[in-house]
Amino acid sequence: MHEMGIALQIIEIASASIPRSETPIQVEKVNLKVGKMAAIVSDSLQFCFEIAAKDSLLSGAALHIEEVPVRARCKECDTVWTIDEPVFKCQQCSSGQIDIISGRELNIESIEIADEEADFG
Amino acid sequence: MATHHKAFHKGSQPHTHDTHDTAVHTVKSGTREIKVVRRVLDVNDQMAEKNRRLFADHGIFVLNVMSSPGSGKTTTLEKTLAQIMPEIGCAVIVGDICTTNDADRLAVSGAPVVQVNTDEFGGDCHLAAHVIEKALGGIDLHGIQLLIVENVGNLVCPAEFDIGEDARVVILSVTEGEDKPLKYPLMFRECDIAILNKTDLLPYLDFDMGEAVNNIRQIHPDMPIIEMSSKTQEGMAPWLEWLKQQVQKKHKRR
Repeated sequence: MHEMGIALQIIEIASASIPRSETPIQVEKVNLKVGKMAAIVSDSLQFCFEIAAKDSLLSGAALHIEEVPVRARCKECDTVWTIDEPVFKCQQCSSGQIDIISGRELNIESIEIADEEADFG
Repeated sequence: MATHHKAFHKGSQPHTHDTHDTAVHTVKSGTREIKVVRRVLDVNDQMAEKNRRLFADHGIFVLNVMSSPGSGKTTTLEKTLAQIMPEIGCAVIVGDICTTNDADRLAVSGAPVVQVNTDEFGGDCHLAAHVIEKALGGIDLHGIQLLIVENVGNLVCPAEFDIGEDARVVILSVTEGEDKPLKYPLMFRECDIAILNKTDLLPYLDFDMGEAVNNIRQIHPDMPIIEMSSKTQEGMAPWLEWLKQQVQKKHKRR
């Protein structure tokens, strides 16, 4: 529901990561990691990003979203597994003492910029 | 125009810039990756930390109250404030997209109440840390031991935003159905305590309390669950007890 706000934040952070240059630098791609338990709908974020990027330094950039599964580790027996249904108990020993080790991400991993040198390399 | 642009980007073909009006032409191999590795909500998290330090300095316990619209947040808080004030100095921040109805109801308690209307912020579906920081400008924190933040009614988004609180409570009313914890796992996972509200309506519903409790236990096995009716105040004592304990603990840590 707040995907437009998230899209604007992504654009702000990614824009600040563009190296300083005399000539305009084209950002080709923004690589994002989104956990399955983050309150974000990927399609909706894509849609908002396209609209919001148009008038920014990221105009024309693609947003690449990598979905991260929800993984947990049991504090009792150390079992690590992927949670793909709404049950937050250890698969092995049914303990509720678990750590969520991934699945809450909402991270910008990197940006990919046009590299003119590479064109000739 | 927008439709065309969207269709273009959604295509399965690799994205080239030939059709874009840009000065730089690149080929697919001619890109360089720059590592960023930052949380998108970094700004919010930093602001939340700033809020948290301020609350710690004043020894104020901050409770973030979340639920879907109409589950009884405001009634629960009205009754709670009436029971714990003036023993505990309270202040309230209320978030809504529109209207000051909830703030007007809560102000009757005598506690300072700040209404935040999120339509200023684009009709936001949640309260973010900077909104709380701004709202704090309208509250004299001296003599306050408990700050209650009544979030925007929504079981999805508020769970994602740290506002600098100490604890989170989710209220689920029995008219909403037993399956809601399974449908909104993030909310039930993130909260420290759950209230199953409107138990006075149970005789008129097919609601299965055992199943609701089991569903919450599946998501958050050791979360305290309080069955109560904020309207009749039946079953409210354990809730008030929990809250008072939390406030005392925070006050002592100061």
